[in-house]
Amino acid sequence: MIDEQTIIKVGMADLNVGSQGLIRTTGLGSCVGLTLYDPGKKLAGMAHVMLPSSEIAREGQLNIAKFADTAVPELLNRLLALGAVRSRIVAKMAGGSQMFAFAGGSDTMRIGPRNVESCKLALEALNIPLIAEDTGGNYGRTIEIACSTGVLYIRSVQKGAKEL
Amino acid sequence: MELFKNFKDFKMDVLKEVGNIGAGNAATALSQLLGKPIDMAVPKVQLLNFEEITEKVGGAEELVYAVFLRVEGDAPGNLFFILTPEAAVNLLSRVAGIELSGGEELSEMELSALNEIGNILAGSYLSSLADFTSLTMYPTVPALAMDMAGAILGYGLLQFGQMGDDALLIDTTFLEGQNEIEGQFFLIPDPESFPKIFKSLGVPFDND
Repeated sequence: MIDEQTIIKVGMADLNVGSQGLIRTTGLGSCVGLTLYDPGKKLAGMAHVMLPSSEIAREGQLNIAKFADTAVPELLNRLLALGAVRSRIVAKMAGGSQMFAFAGGSDTMRIGPRNVESCKLALEALNIPLIAEDTGGNYGRTIEIACSTGVLYIRSVQKGAKEL
Repeated sequence: MELFKNFKDFKMDVLKEVGNIGAGNAATALSQLLGKPIDMAVPKVQLLNFEEITEKVGGAEELVYAVFLRVEGDAPGNLFFILTPEAAVNLLSRVAGIELSGGEELSEMELSALNEIGNILAGSYLSSLADFTSLTMYPTVPALAMDMAGAILGYGLLQFGQMGDDALLIDTTFLEGQNEIEGQFFLIPDPESFPKIFKSLGVPFDND
């Protein structure tokens, strides 16, 4: 193992891929952190998805990393471009919590669960198996995937740390 | 972002004044609660991308207490009152005069008091804004969370997420004595609220 691990940061509504070190995104609330991994080539990718569907986008230039339905295919393409083998790719995800509970909340209020649902649909459409998830709840998460092992490390303020 | 690319300094100044008036009233309310003077920094109005907004509170992973209110009415938006854990403890021991239980986390009672203080402050912030702009703005029941700043603020940015990767932030900081209570107000108006706010203030909103 290399001591000075490279950490690739993924911002909000952002995605990235890598072949060594860690890929990290911080402060996932209702957003979903979705990772794809090829255990053979040891290639990993992560997307920080903010909204479920690009259909509601009102912006001119679409940021494809922001929406579940566009981020997942893009992340897959980026991995394949690095040489990943499609049939080996597996997915994990975390986040999608409901940060604030309101009585009679509108649709915006349950954006977390909707993000999770959309990510699952996008994975299904691409035939990528979801092998682990840590979603829901009402707390924030920071996640890191190790490119060498594919292990997803999850940290939260309220629930401590866990590995998927 | 389309909406903001034509914002001139003048319009930023108008928004700054909007933030100033709201925060001024909230500072007065806090001052009355505490029985001591509260200073307020001149508000900053900035167009920031999502990453930069979480940097404002010390990074996406920074632990904060946040009172969140959804603003409804003519000019909807999201309002956050954000405190560091130390500031939250200070605020409680001063305002409520509560002997803190001293544990690592605040008790139910202490959280409830914090929520109510946030509610009072946010209420005075909003009502002064509403008076100033003659727009109706009313807060929803407040919700309190203690968590990573990124996770909390990300929630307030959802409406912007549909439009672009930036949000307009009206940010005010309170100070009591030697920086002992430092709290921040973040008002993140929904994108469609800007024309209404400008119009109500007599500023033409015609993309120039």
